[in-house]
This record gives sequence, C-alpha cells and structure tokens, in this order.
Amino acid sequence: MLRLEHVSKTYRVGSFGRSKLAAVRDISFDVQPGEVVSLIGESGSGKSTIGRMVLRLLTPTSGSIICDDAEISRLRRTDLKEYYRHVQGVFQDPFSSYNPIFKADRIFGMVHAEFFPRVGADEWNERVRDALESVALNPGDVLRKYPHQLSGGQLQRLLVARALLLEIRYFVADEIISMLDASTRIDVLNLLADLKSRGLGILFITHDLSLGNYISDTTIILRHGSIVEMGETEKVFGDARHPYTQDLLASVPLVHAKWRTNGTGGGAAAVAAAANGAPPGTAAPELVLVEDGHLVAAG
Amino acid sequence: MSSAPPTALATPADSPQLETLRGPKPMSSLREAVHFALGNRKLVFGVSVTSAMLLFAIFGPLLARHAPLTYEGGLGLAPTTHDGYWFGTTLQGQDVFSQFVTGLRLAFIVGALGGGIAAGIGMLVGFTAGYRGGVVDEVLNMLTNVVLVIPTFALLLVIAAYLRVRGIMTESVFIGFTSWPWAARALRAQTFSLVSRDFVDLARLSGRSSWKIIFREIAPNMSSYLFMMFILLFGGAILIAATLDFIGLGPSNTISLGMMMQLSVQNAALQLHLWWWFLPPGLAIMAIVGSLYVMNVGLDEVFNPKLREM
Amino acid sequence: MSLHVEDLRVYYRTLAGDVKALDGVSFDVADGEIMGLAGESGCGKSTLGKALIRLDGRMRYVGGRVVLDGEELPIWDDGAMNDFRFRHVSIVPQYAMSALNPTRKIGRMIHELLRTRGANRNGAQEELERRLELVGLGPDVLGLYPIELSGGMKQRVVMVISTLLDPSLLIADEITSALDVSTQKAVAQTLVEFRDRGFVKSTIVITHDIAVLVQVADTILVMYAGKLAEKAPAEEIVSSPRHPYTRLLVSSLPEVGVRYAEKKLYGIPGRPPSLLDPPTGCRFRDRCPLATDRCLQEPPWVEQDGRGIACWEAAAVAPEILPVLVETR
Repeated sequence: MLRLEHVSKTYRVGSFGRSKLAAVRDISFDVQPGEVVSLIGESGSGKSTIGRMVLRLLTPTSGSIICDDAEISRLRRTDLKEYYRHVQGVFQDPFSSYNPIFKADRIFGMVHAEFFPRVGADEWNERVRDALESVALNPGDVLRKYPHQLSGGQLQRLLVARALLLEIRYFVADEIISMLDASTRIDVLNLLADLKSRGLGILFITHDLSLGNYISDTTIILRHGSIVEMGETEKVFGDARHPYTQDLLASVPLVHAKWRTNGTGGGAAAVAAAANGAPPGTAAPELVLVEDGHLVAAG
Repeated sequence: MSSAPPTALATPADSPQLETLRGPKPMSSLREAVHFALGNRKLVFGVSVTSAMLLFAIFGPLLARHAPLTYEGGLGLAPTTHDGYWFGTTLQGQDVFSQFVTGLRLAFIVGALGGGIAAGIGMLVGFTAGYRGGVVDEVLNMLTNVVLVIPTFALLLVIAAYLRVRGIMTESVFIGFTSWPWAARALRAQTFSLVSRDFVDLARLSGRSSWKIIFREIAPNMSSYLFMMFILLFGGAILIAATLDFIGLGPSNTISLGMMMQLSVQNAALQLHLWWWFLPPGLAIMAIVGSLYVMNVGLDEVFNPKLREM
Repeated sequence: MSLHVEDLRVYYRTLAGDVKALDGVSFDVADGEIMGLAGESGCGKSTLGKALIRLDGRMRYVGGRVVLDGEELPIWDDGAMNDFRFRHVSIVPQYAMSALNPTRKIGRMIHELLRTRGANRNGAQEELERRLELVGLGPDVLGLYPIELSGGMKQRVVMVISTLLDPSLLIADEITSALDVSTQKAVAQTLVEFRDRGFVKSTIVITHDIAVLVQVADTILVMYAGKLAEKAPAEEIVSSPRHPYTRLLVSSLPEVGVRYAEKKLYGIPGRPPSLLDPPTGCRFRDRCPLATDRCLQEPPWVEQDGRGIACWEAAAVAPEILPVLVETR
C-alpha cells in the first residue's frame, strides 16, 4: 500500500522568501495494489505537486509518504534508487520526456545501465521486446527511432514499457493522455486499466472528470491544495455532496446532453463569477464521512 | 493491433525526413547541419581565415631563418627577400617575420588555454547554479558578480608587481580566471530552461546522479551553444592578451603580437614609417578575432534553423 | 449566405516539399450560425481558420474562393487582407491569452489597437466597458497588467477585443483548450452570448473537443487529413454519425457516467497519413474498417438536407457493429 499522511508542501515566495505559498495542505489518502485512484483538480489544485512528491522529485514540507511500510519522504541516493525500482511515473508531454537529440529507446538503455548492469545485452533486449509487446507496441516500429519520428501515443506507451522493465508496484500517471489525440487517448487509458488488472496500484492525475470516471476505483477531488471530496468513484460522481464537486460536474461538457443553465440566473457573467472562487485560508478543511466509502470536506 | 500502414512515403535518399504538423520542430540531422555549414558563407570565410592563420602559426616558426629576439639584422630594414627578412627588421635589428610567427603561435596558445580555462570554470559554475537552483544558485551568482566587477587591469598590475617573471602560462591563467563570468551566466540561463524539461526528471527517476545528468543529458543538448561559447572565449582571450601586452603587462620572457605593437609604438615606428613592424601584428589580431566572430555568426545560423534564409 | 468557402487549398512550404494541410474544402456558414470545426491534430482545422484571415506567413494559398457577405476575400494577399481583418473577419488565435504584451496595461493595449485600426476612440470606450461588464469583468480590468488576470479572464478580454468592431465572421481557434473546466464553460457560453446579442454574425469554433462543440455549436464539421469528412447539426453528429471516422471518434470519447468495467471504449488504430505525400483516394482508408477497393478513388463531398459526407461506404453498417469490426481487424 502507498500511503500519504498529512502531507503538505509550502513554497517560500517573494523577495528573500518572505511569504509562503501552500501548494498542498494536509493531504492523506492511500493507493492499494490493483486499485486506480484518481486525483482530480483544476490548475493550481496541487495535484501535480502531489504526484511529484510521490515520485520524490520534490520533498514534502511536512507529513510522510509510506510505501509498503517504508517511509520514503526523506530518502536520498541509493535508498532512493531502490525506491525507484518499485515506483515510477509518466508525465504529460511526451515530447518533453525524451531528450530530443538521442533516440527514443535510450530510455531503456538508461534503465539497463542503472538498475540491471549485470544483465547481458541479449537477455536485456528480450526483456525490452516483451515489455513493448505488453504495451501493444511493435518493436520494429519504435526501436532505433528518434522521438520526433514517433507519435505522442507511441511515446507514452514506450514510457509505460520502460516502467514495466522494473518490477514496479505503483505507477503515477500525471496527465499522461491530455496531450494526445482523442482517438489514441482511450487506448493508452485502456492500457492503464490493463496494468491495474496485473496488480499495480495507479495514481491517476487529471483535470478531466470523464477520464477519471472511466477508469478509477477511488476518486479524490482537489481544490487549492486540499481534498474537498473523496471516495468510491460511483459515489463521488453519482452523489456529489460538496458544492465544488457539483459545480465541476455541472461544467463538464457532455457529448450526449447539454449544459444545464446555471440556477443562479444564467448568463456567462454569473458562471464566471462562480468560477472565481474565494481564496482559501491556510488550514485544510476537515473531512467528514457522509456514507460508507465517501468523505466530504466540511464548510 | 495494426501498425502504421505502408503508405509509400517517397523520401529521396539524400533529403532528411521532416515531419511538420506533428510534434515540435525536429532536430537537424548531422547531414543537414553539414549541408548548411558548407553553404554558409560566413562560416566558410571564418573557418578559412582562421585555419590559414593557424597553419601559418604552426609552420611559420619552422620557416623563420632567425631567432625572434636576436639583434642580427640591419637596423630598420624594409621587407626584402634578402636573407629571409621577409617582413623587414625592427629598429633594433630583430627579424620581424620571426617575431610575427612566434607571436602568432603564442596568440593561439593563449586563446586555447585562456579560453579553455574560462570555459571550464564557466561550465562548472553555470551548470551547478542552473541545475541546483536555490541557495547554491544565489551563492554562485554572488561569486559571478564579484568576479565580474573586479577591475582586471588593476589586479594585473598588482600581480605584475609581485611576479618577477611572467610567462605565457601566467597570462593565460589570469585571463581564464577573470573572463568566465559572462559564460557562467549564459550557461546558467540555458541550464535553467533545460532542467524544467521532463527528460531530466525521467533521468532522475532512472536513478541517474546529478553530474551524470548534467553531462549526459543537459550539456549535449547545448552542444552547439557550448561550441560557440568556446569560440567566443577563444577570440576574447586573444584580444585581451593583445591588449594586456600592448600596455606592457604581457609575458616578460618572450615576444607576442601585442608586444610587437607596443614596442613599435614606443620606438616611434609610426613617425619613422616602419609600417612593417606594427601592421602585420595588428592585421593578424584583427584577422583572427574578426574571423572567429564571423564564424560564430555563421555557426548560429547553421545550428538555429529559424535564422536561415529559406 | 454569410460565408461561402469553395474548394479552398492551402499548403505549407517546407524543405521537403509542400505539406498539403488543406486540400479542397467547401462549406457555407449562415448568418447567426455557430459552426464547429472538429478534428485531431494535423487535420487542417487550424490551417483553415488562419487561412480565412491569412494569419500565417508560411502558408501558401493554392486555390479556392472565400466569399463573405457577397464580397470576395483576397486571402492570397497579405496587404489587401488588412482592410478586412478586425472589421469584417476577426480571429481569437490559439494561445491568445498568452500573447498579451506583459508590459502594457490592458486598457492601453486596446487603445493602441483601436488607433491603428482607425476606430473612433470615445464611442469605442463606452462600448468596450459595456461589453466587459457583459462577460463579468469590471472596467477596472483596463488598468491591470496581463499577469494580474487569470487565464479565463484573459481569454474573455481577448474575446471582447476581437469582437469590438462587430465583425461578420469570428474565428475562435482552440479558445477553451488551456482552461479549467469551469472557466471553459464560461468562455464557451460567452461565445453564444456574443452571437445572441449580434456582436458577431457567423462564428467558426475550432477545437479538438467535440463535447464543447455539442454544447455551443449549431453545426459541426469534422475534418480529417486536410479534407472534410462529415457535416451535420451538432446533436446529429454525436447521436447518428455516418462517416466511419466520426463514428469511431465519437465512440472513443469517455463521458461522465461511462465506466471501463461496464463499457470498454476503443480508439482508432494507426496514425493519420503524412500530408507531404498523402495517399490517393480516401485519406482515411488505411484505418477504416469499412474500406473497400472503391475507396482507392477519392469520395466526393455530398451535401443534402443540412448533412454532408465524403464517404463511399457511409450508411452501410449500423453504428453498434463498428467497435467489433475494429477488434477483429
């Protein structure tokens, strides 16, 4: 189990770092093996920060992150490298994730050199081919090519294949399909569902509610760095209690239904006013259990 | 699942496959870069002139018939084919040609050494500051700014007063240690922009150490920039050395182009119409440094597709 | 007829040849109509939007006509188009909100813009404030720098500016893409409101997000690889799509309420063809589950009763069977 306990991240901003910006406040949740947890939030909600803290690209200011009974929020160097055998991630921009002057399959070479130095070249190539096949990529199509010769979908799949070369238990997907075309998005998403059925715990970070609804078991709605609603996906989407969640759901453009006009008097001006929320205080609101498997923030 | 269909994409063998409208601008392949390099007049001009001077510097001293500092020849002779005084003699009877080729060789040495040291320190400071950020960046920034505002001439005067013998090595080291700040600044900025790219994070997730990331991921991405920067530092070092030599702070045990100019002015070569004494060294410095800068502009066009005229 | 486009062809020059980004597109947009232009990356929708106002210097006009309110637009001539830009045809370009000059206050920027266009300043000022208020922004916005505004606010400011002179045609290029879902709704509804109040006559909304188009557009035009695939009223495109590409696309869209465990969705295998040297015949044929030998010949664009399609095999197969066809391929 991957567990976050009262994790916060505060940045110092302004000249001489006088004022503080709380990007993430007092977040607690867990990801079980074989479970997909969606972290849904708009920009500035802190969702990417949480993903990066789980991947230890950032250090939490306070709180702890525990992976299978090991505290990992303060690991360094060799211990951190061990951690990366069990937890990996993929990011939003496939073209930014590759060094453009090298071939795309260099990412496999890196994993080989750093984690499996004793494995021979032939055996490693076998493993790479197996990993590629498990993400539905034809090795002949993608090996020995430069990133700009491949599509966004192929690049993202390559990154998933790379993660599978390590025996990972948890996977962080940070907006991995937002920059892909609609026709390829769903295939990569199905791939994540496939990983889940193999027993991986997946933290799926997105701003798109329909994607979260499609694939996740647990949904967490974030706003301004704290959780406003959290629970089983059907309950959060089917019976949203927090006004922010309700607003979000009302704003999602559906393919088969029109937007309901805003009850507060309609018109773009009113919707806009509702969208600019009041800036939050410094403390995170308390979470209250409203029904089995469904928590909502008070106030 | 079917792979991409075999639609015949007729790409001729010698034209690079460019995919516009899909993803970001593709990297120039080596072949494409070489093609543009050869077609760029500034680059060709710059490289030709510099190479010519370099060859002259390497083989010149072998052709010289007299030692540069011995007072052998007639006093103040005009250039003549007699006895190998192709560039004439100085007022004291020294072989100008011999001095010239020695100076030329020294110019390249100072350029390489001084420029190399400056580049090395600039890279060290710039990469570290850009990659680490935070407190490390602030400290290194302060250091860079301090070195930047140190009055180099004043410092050199003080050093000159303490060292009895100054060789070319001292001069190169001094230049190297005082001209790195702007390189560090530029590299820091470039590093900043690359560090935020996801492939750096991916390297971290692969367990790569920081220095490995800097040298295997970030620096190669800036290779053209580093190359151009070195050329600028090289040219700059030669120019600084010539200036220092001209005001008398050059090496005390040999002769350089700047020193030739200094001595010629001291001996009123201008008034005595001994043009062969100061014209060759002056033109040589101008030629080398100028052609290096022109080469740099050409290189920029080669490496940066946006600057190319279509 | 407000806008009439006939066989428009626009290519991009590159070192490797011409990229046929827009290869023969014809359609009409009526007065007061909001037309959505949908498609994936590389389909030519952004090229079409920019070609109508000639915004990109790399474009090479190859052929076709564009007629707005009975007058032909000189889209091959950058200088001549200047008279039409902002007054008759206006565009909200992609990333417009990031393109605001960071060193200018909003009010000053608008003032300069109006001056270069020769618009009367005082009358425009009142109208400007009125419209800003309409979109939920107070007149104090004029005194702010772009960095002080949120993404949604900037987008709305840009929309107000673009429509200040009441153009006949407004082209909105991916105006909701970079926004959060709540501001997306606000901005999209602003578009409708501008049309309802007569600030613009016809609107072309370009986006990859079909769901947004369903909400605000009257008609949707689906493009693929530089050509038109299908055109239909907004609800009909999603409820009864006919072109195989549209069908596959619509069925690959996840919706709130649809879950993987209950109904697995499928994408479209393969990639769009390279436009440097596009295949002969129908450009979708390599990925199309219904392709036959007939598709080696390019299907004509056929328009009837407000619906248009370019496909030989359309209407042959019932929509529910399609996903299964994809799997067995």
